[in-house]
Amino acid sequence: MSGTGGPSLMDSLFQRTLDDLIKGIRLHLPGPAQSTFISKSLDEIRREITSTDLHTKSTALQKLTYLHSLHHFDISFAAFHAVELTSSPSFLHKKTGYLAASLSFRPSTDVLLLLTNQLRKDLSSTNQHEVSLALECLSVICTLDLARDLTPDIFNLLMSSKIFVRKKAVACLLKVFSQYPDAVRVCFKRLVENLETVGGAGDNGTMLAATVGVFCELARKEPRAYLPLAPEFYKILVESRNNWVLIKVLKIFAQLGRLEPRLAKKVVEPICELMKRSEAKSLVFECVRTVVSSFYEYEFAVKLAVEKIREFLLDSDLNLRYLGLQGLLLVAPHHLWAVVENKEVVIKSLSDVDRNIKLEALRLVMSMVCDDNVVEICRVLVGYALKSDPEFCNEILRSMLSTCSKNVYEIIIDFDWYVSLLGEMARIPHCQNGEEIEYQLIDIGMRVKDVRPELVRVGRDLLIDPALLGNPFIHRILSAAAWVSGEYVKFSRNPFEIMEALLQPRTNLLPPSIRSVYIHSAFKVLSFCLHSYLSFEKGASSSPPNFVDIEPGFTYSESEQEFTETDQATSSSALHKRDTFTQESIANVLTLVITSLTPLAESHDVEIQERVRNVLGLARLAQQEISCHNDQKEKMVDKADLKTSIIIRLINDALSEDFGPISFSAQERVPVPDGLVLEENLSKLDSICADVQLPISESFSLVKPIFLPADGDSISNQQNEEESETSAAESTSLLAEHRKRHGLFYLPSDHSKDASSSFPPANDPKQRDNDVDDLVKLTEESLVLKRKPNLSRPRPVVVKLDEGDRLPIAVKKTDENDDLISGAVRDVLLGNEASSHSNNLSGRRKGKSHSKDKVENSETGSSSKRRSKHRNHGKNVEENENGEKGKQKSGGKHKSRRRADGGVDVAVEKPVIPDFLL
Amino acid sequence: MIHFVLLISRQGKVRLTKWYSPYSQKERSKVIRELSGMILTRGPKLCNFVEWRGFKVVYKRYASLYFCMCINQDDNELEILEIIHHFVEILDRYFGSVCELDLIFSFQKAYYMLDEILIAGELQESSKKTVARLVSAQDSLVEAAKEEANSISNIIAQATK
Repeated sequence: MSGTGGPSLMDSLFQRTLDDLIKGIRLHLPGPAQSTFISKSLDEIRREITSTDLHTKSTALQKLTYLHSLHHFDISFAAFHAVELTSSPSFLHKKTGYLAASLSFRPSTDVLLLLTNQLRKDLSSTNQHEVSLALECLSVICTLDLARDLTPDIFNLLMSSKIFVRKKAVACLLKVFSQYPDAVRVCFKRLVENLETVGGAGDNGTMLAATVGVFCELARKEPRAYLPLAPEFYKILVESRNNWVLIKVLKIFAQLGRLEPRLAKKVVEPICELMKRSEAKSLVFECVRTVVSSFYEYEFAVKLAVEKIREFLLDSDLNLRYLGLQGLLLVAPHHLWAVVENKEVVIKSLSDVDRNIKLEALRLVMSMVCDDNVVEICRVLVGYALKSDPEFCNEILRSMLSTCSKNVYEIIIDFDWYVSLLGEMARIPHCQNGEEIEYQLIDIGMRVKDVRPELVRVGRDLLIDPALLGNPFIHRILSAAAWVSGEYVKFSRNPFEIMEALLQPRTNLLPPSIRSVYIHSAFKVLSFCLHSYLSFEKGASSSPPNFVDIEPGFTYSESEQEFTETDQATSSSALHKRDTFTQESIANVLTLVITSLTPLAESHDVEIQERVRNVLGLARLAQQEISCHNDQKEKMVDKADLKTSIIIRLINDALSEDFGPISFSAQERVPVPDGLVLEENLSKLDSICADVQLPISESFSLVKPIFLPADGDSISNQQNEEESETSAAESTSLLAEHRKRHGLFYLPSDHSKDASSSFPPANDPKQRDNDVDDLVKLTEESLVLKRKPNLSRPRPVVVKLDEGDRLPIAVKKTDENDDLISGAVRDVLLGNEASSHSNNLSGRRKGKSHSKDKVENSETGSSSKRRSKHRNHGKNVEENENGEKGKQKSGGKHKSRRRADGGVDVAVEKPVIPDFLL
Repeated sequence: MIHFVLLISRQGKVRLTKWYSPYSQKERSKVIRELSGMILTRGPKLCNFVEWRGFKVVYKRYASLYFCMCINQDDNELEILEIIHHFVEILDRYFGSVCELDLIFSFQKAYYMLDEILIAGELQESSKKTVARLVSAQDSLVEAAKEEANSISNIIAQATK
């Protein structure tokens, strides 16, 4: 026989067994030796599996199964052989075949349909073990086709006399329903019967456990449909002693209780009873979870639950402590007192050895945050962040960032504080949240006008520190700082200083995309300086000086006027500025710009090159103007002068236009022009652009053609702290040297004191204290400046959009199938209740609820309104979260109002389900 | 419900995988890689739960093996720990103080036992005795089949085919 043919007799006789294969693999060291061995064995197996001898085939398949499940080899080529083996009369072969099928088959496996017949045959086999194999396999590989074809067989098994088979059939139903919702109509009644009849029977509860397990999973997806079954579940809750069953039933009630308050009232007692009585921690915890997540309105139950949580928290077992924290987290939204009561434990857990526990504690701390304590909590957390390992430190920063920015910075009242917190975060040694901080700095800049001066101050502090440039993790933040300082340069105390920072030599450490932001910001600063200078020149000769000149015939944008207002408050700084823009200083700036940027004009990066040329163009133009100014003084204020200053003014005007945040859906609202085909397939582009990584979509876009670099990829993430620390000292000395050598390019500043302190080494612990002091001073300062002290200070206006601000949260969609299932369930239940169903009911049920049925049904008309009102309550929990956004849109500016409302949402009327419990 | 069961050795070798929710082969390898990276690096005296992609993974180490099960966020972690223990006890009873090698060489047996304990991601049998009885019943069926296959007459029949 040739290689491609079937195996010879010798092959079958001396076939490697599974043991041989396993031993062989273990003998060969991992690496090439092992993989050659495996591929050799695979070749053998490929031959063996085509054998007509089922035994050989079965051994081959066993080996394949081993390779598949533990070494992840693709064995789809053997699918047919697996099917073949399942039809073998030998139990061993059948078992092997089914094992391979259940481990390796997928919905796409083409021979799946061939298995249908065999499954059917085995499902109706008299050997219960064969039935079990088929059910087990079906429960894993079930597809729509299989489910549809085999539903009748499973239906039969649901009434099997063997519990062993019946429980598997019941468990299997879950898969069948999810694939083929119509099966509900056929099987649901029998499923319910299993729930009722077996409850009393003396099997050790496995049957009931399986049935309840199915209901538990079904109810998770769409609980409403199962409300009519509440009496059955209630009975189980009170009577069962099986913890596995009780846990599942509790989960079901957690779902149902949210929908039906009267049901909650009824079950809350037995649950508390269970909680007090049970020894099993798992059950106790399930009770706790059920109470705090669904029955939180019942004070006594919650009290008891919190007591239990406290026991958990103080336990020596870490698992229980973890769960205790989780329990608290669930209580927090409705009963914050429980968290506050256990505050010490929570705070202590922040420094636990186990990272998971720390995380839970952090979440809890964040759940306590509100607008009153956000400042204090953030201060504590920053302290923890400084002490923690890098990973957890970033976790802390991340949660602070996300909590504070929630709902468009809902909880932030003092934005000056928040912005300086962001600046402080950037300086935390392990900070890796550059992207988020970058986003928030710019976002706040655009949304909150009042905070811009402080923003510029924070930006300046970051820019001016050369040590920060060495840390690639915060390049993104620097990019934001640069943008902010350029965009809002008019609020700067000393634009020259910013210019110097933007052009400092160490900026060559930045990736090109961010460097171009720096350069463009330099452009803005330059145009601002020139403009201010020129307008002073004029102002000085004519009208009384007003720092922001109002040129006749020029309409200034709103922001400019805004600025004059804020500026009046600090009119001293205007004077100071007036002194700043002397001819000499401007000339110095121009020299600085030209000398430091000229080398970059030849940069290979187009972005940089282009921006550099823009700046140089402007600088040279201005230089000419100034020198000619110098010569002729005021004699010849001729056309050239006018022209240049007009150009500068135009540029400045263009740059000083205000940006606002842009809605996500803004683009959708732009009508598609005629003749533009958007759906055309561009798939060919994929191959071309494969290696170009698409930028992460920015959550806002800007009108002007500057902007944020989208790739952080070039940033090498390896750089670690030690490096940046050593480089901090190094860089300061480098800079000092540079200054000495190129002294003439630096501004002869009379703020030398200021300048010397403005290049502090980053990450210096002492400096940190200064920062804190600064911060304190700053807040004091700002408080003095502003009208009233402290709390009464109004929250600045935060611009919000009509529609979703950040990425819209995907609305949770219920699976179409789930709807179908619950629809079918409802039909079955409602259809049955009145007629046939009651015949099968247990005695208790018959006596109690049957007579009520009709009453209820006739009553439904009148009670429906009342009930639907109740139901809304349950729904609100979810809806509030989704609705939060909606409410945001309508845009009250002070959030406290928003939080209080329990929301009387309009809910869709649901079909009324008769209530048998009450 | 349980989404999958993993047995990983301390060296990161996979000893058993069972998937109750659909995952492609690629996803499976990724899941194993991620989880073994996460779980094997955790110290010995920490809690037995890790959060992973919005799910929870409950794990417990027995000798050199980590037993991991992945569940939904709102499932009961302690219950799963009990299931894991249940599984281990059954293995132990069957193999007689089970060790990693037992699972390596009788990997199918481990699967069969798991299949008697869990079905469709749910616990189906909480009695150790029952499981032991079922597994031994199936074993005897298998033995019977083997004997028949190995009988001389069968081999001759095969050879002369």
